[in-house]
Amino acid sequence: MQVSLGTLIAQGISFFVFIWVTMKLVWPPLVKAMAERRAKIADGLAAAERGKSELEEASTQADTLVRAARDQAAEILEQANRRAANIEAEAKADGERERERQLVAARAEIEQEISRARDELRGQVADIAITSAEKILGREIDAGKHRDILDKLAAQI
Amino acid sequence: MASENPSASEFVLHHLTNFSVGEGVWTLHVDTLFFSWLTGIFFVTVLWLGARTATAGVPGKMQNFVEMLVDWVDNSVKETFHGPRDFVGPLALTIFVWVLLWNFLDLIPVDWVPMFAYNVLGFEYTRIVPSADINAPFALSISVLLLILVYSVKGKGFGGFGHELLTHPFGSHPLLWIPNLLLNLVELIAKPVSLAMRLFGNLYAAELIFILIALLPAWILFVPGSAWAIFHILVVPLQAFLFMTLTIVYLSLAYEKH
Repeated sequence: MQVSLGTLIAQGISFFVFIWVTMKLVWPPLVKAMAERRAKIADGLAAAERGKSELEEASTQADTLVRAARDQAAEILEQANRRAANIEAEAKADGERERERQLVAARAEIEQEISRARDELRGQVADIAITSAEKILGREIDAGKHRDILDKLAAQI
Repeated sequence: MASENPSASEFVLHHLTNFSVGEGVWTLHVDTLFFSWLTGIFFVTVLWLGARTATAGVPGKMQNFVEMLVDWVDNSVKETFHGPRDFVGPLALTIFVWVLLWNFLDLIPVDWVPMFAYNVLGFEYTRIVPSADINAPFALSISVLLLILVYSVKGKGFGGFGHELLTHPFGSHPLLWIPNLLLNLVELIAKPVSLAMRLFGNLYAAELIFILIALLPAWILFVPGSAWAIFHILVVPLQAFLFMTLTIVYLSLAYEKH
């Protein structure tokens, strides 16, 4: 074991040479690469987190949409039902009115027919009465003179 | 080997002698420098291969491995040192990986490389573990001391650092300036000394034990040898980790205002 100043100095210079080489060639690219990778991984994790929250948001949105669509469909169905009931009721009311109208018309017609028949009958009754009276009296009755009697008779029928 | 049939102490001493060039204090330990550069170039190449094509996308196996290492070192630095990590990060990474590889060289059986160097290359002495040569740990820890001074000035300014040196533990009375300064200087010097001696002591002792085990007869050698190697596997990363962590702690103490 000998102390050797020459070795000491040469060794010290070697030391700084190797530090320098490490500082220039080894350290910076590795530290840079590791820092970049760290940033990349952090970005990736953040993106995944963002994607997850977006998915959640989209799914709640889809839920809301489906619920709204279902509500709307139910409403439309109800409206249609109401409408159908309305139409049915209207049709029923129309039919009722038509029946009433036709009934009234038929009644009026019958009434008219009856009164016409009655008038006809009344005329015939007067004729029959005159004929019958002529036969009974054996003479002609002046229809003009006895109008009031004949009318009275016809009115009694 | 130095002689055909070396005695035990000759064998041990031979294994503890560096391949030196030059005389006196300017001697260069060629083996220490060579294996330091070998391991240094190896780790820089491996890390560079992983970092060269680094992308923020899916990493390859190589990038994964290197990133794991860098991330671990970066976190260790971040926990303690609250300042810019552009330099301190690479510093900690270099210390950890380099010292780890130095220490791992201790697990290569003690005779392999010296024998190869002697028989093939003709080198008389070879020591392959830089951390067991006191100059290598001290080179690191003295560099760390220089960085402590730089970061003290960077964090507190010349005035703040000087003020702390003169007034810190005991108080700001002028009579206390000299004791304060002395204590701070001792503390400042104790840091690199303890840092280097801890690493050196552990690895030197381990190497010595491996050498002593190598003296045993061949038929029993592998039992204590493997037992010590398994134990040493714990020491190898622990010492590298301690050197790195203490460096970060010292720099953060230097950088932050109290």
